[in-house]
Amino acid sequence: MPAVAIKGVSKSFRAGVTALTGIDLEVEPREFVSLIGPSGCGKSTLLRIIGDLINPSAGSVSVNGKSAEQARRDHDYGIVFQDAVLYDWRTVAKNISLPLELLRWSRTRRSARVDEMLELVELSGFGSHYPWQLSGGMQQRVSIARALSFSPSLLLMDEPFGALDEMTRERLNAELLRIWQETGSTIVFVTHSIPEAVFLSTRVVVMSPRPGRIASIVEIDLPQPRTTATREEPRFFELVTEVRERLAAGGALRGETQEPALAEEAS
Amino acid sequence: MSAIAAEQPRDARAAAARGALRAVLFVAGLAVLWGLWEGYRWIGLRERWTWPFTVSNVNMPHIHKILAAYNQPLQPGGPPLRHYLYHNAIFTAKEALAGFALGAIVGFFLAVVLAHSTILRRGLVPYIVASQTVPLLAIAPMVVVGLGTKGVTPWVSVAVIAAYLTFFPVAINTLRGLHAVDPRALELMRSYAAGRWKILWRLRVPASLPFVFSALKISATASVIGAIIGETPASLEGGLGYAIVNFNQYYTIQPANLWATIIVCALLGIFLFIAVSVVELLVLKRAPEHVA
Repeated sequence: MPAVAIKGVSKSFRAGVTALTGIDLEVEPREFVSLIGPSGCGKSTLLRIIGDLINPSAGSVSVNGKSAEQARRDHDYGIVFQDAVLYDWRTVAKNISLPLELLRWSRTRRSARVDEMLELVELSGFGSHYPWQLSGGMQQRVSIARALSFSPSLLLMDEPFGALDEMTRERLNAELLRIWQETGSTIVFVTHSIPEAVFLSTRVVVMSPRPGRIASIVEIDLPQPRTTATREEPRFFELVTEVRERLAAGGALRGETQEPALAEEAS
Repeated sequence: MSAIAAEQPRDARAAAARGALRAVLFVAGLAVLWGLWEGYRWIGLRERWTWPFTVSNVNMPHIHKILAAYNQPLQPGGPPLRHYLYHNAIFTAKEALAGFALGAIVGFFLAVVLAHSTILRRGLVPYIVASQTVPLLAIAPMVVVGLGTKGVTPWVSVAVIAAYLTFFPVAINTLRGLHAVDPRALELMRSYAAGRWKILWRLRVPASLPFVFSALKISATASVIGAIIGETPASLEGGLGYAIVNFNQYYTIQPANLWATIIVCALLGIFLFIAVSVVELLVLKRAPEHVA
């Protein structure tokens, strides 16, 4: 049973803009799939459809064999946004335990899990800090810990490292791969960055805009576990080039600067 | 971690320095006010100013005479004025606090209800705004008399009048705060399948607290005004409003008494304002730039 199965999904917004059309995609359990494409290709919209945060105009989505809505109600996935979206009136520990509170976990179970999660994202000792006392990279790690705290089988990530500097981004890339290995979760990851997509993924889904559709899918056969050395391998560069060419073929790199007014898809 | 810990003593010292500077500025402010009053008085008397008012010992008594009035007995052989004003201030404070609390609760829950219903919001908000254009002075006696016939104690009626003035800023600001939520924070709650009630208490209400506290500060001072205005036309004995009416009648003989009362009213408002600010500091543990 695939972790995510998308069949014939389209999405049109009220303004008459077609954000997505004819999307078919299956993600197997434990896969790391990146959605890459220029802004306006509907990759964030697709992620939100998987998470049942918005409804598709046509087609169907199933997560773990259930409808997307049922999967959301069953807490089958955790989500991470471009900004950490931490509650600034809660400490780091309290932010991580928010979903656990909503799931009515007991206090002792919550605090044990929070400690575990802090260790997982290497923030032990920061539990009593407030979000505004942390750097952007640390805040994003808290956000990942929060998304994973209730052990969802699926992790949805919407350009989670897009707002970070290159060095922090590469460090968090490596950390995310470690977390992915340790937790055995399935990850659907939206990004703008070709090297990031190639480094992290088992498959890269190349999307093209106007209307948003899947242009092609690139299998990433780089060996696991991946390290900083992976980024220097010839195969890595070959795959980066291949993804770039597929993006270009899909019309993404035609140098068009004009974006459709996709107010609803402000990401 | 160690970097943050190391910064704390410096922060504490900086906070102490800021506190000291604030105290100095406050005293300097008082000195400037005193200087302006006495300076205006001195020039006004010398130049015989008649516009906008004739400066005289009645209209602008010396500050030290106003302060001295606190120690003089109201009636020969009676207790000094400060005793009288103290008791009246306590009475008015009771009304103001009750009105403040009632107004805050009504305003808050009204905002919660309005936040969840577009129809109610469209329908009710114009009337809520209109409610504040009704002259309080005109309805105050009606409220006191009307509630009095239902057996309500007069000071409670005055608290209701104060609440009428205080619920408004709380309702409007809380409503604004409940809607001022990061849309992605709402998506996050939706991803957890959290219902309206949980979204309200775990996200909307905490996110609205800076707005609520801004409103409570306005309401704190407004509640004192409301209590005084409520007492005045209702001729309710025992409060600062009554003292103001009383001293108004003897103004030409003893102007300092009225001024002394005005200062007490101001102090009461300032006290409530500071009390709300302290609670705000304790409740809102967030980034310094987020605390208004």
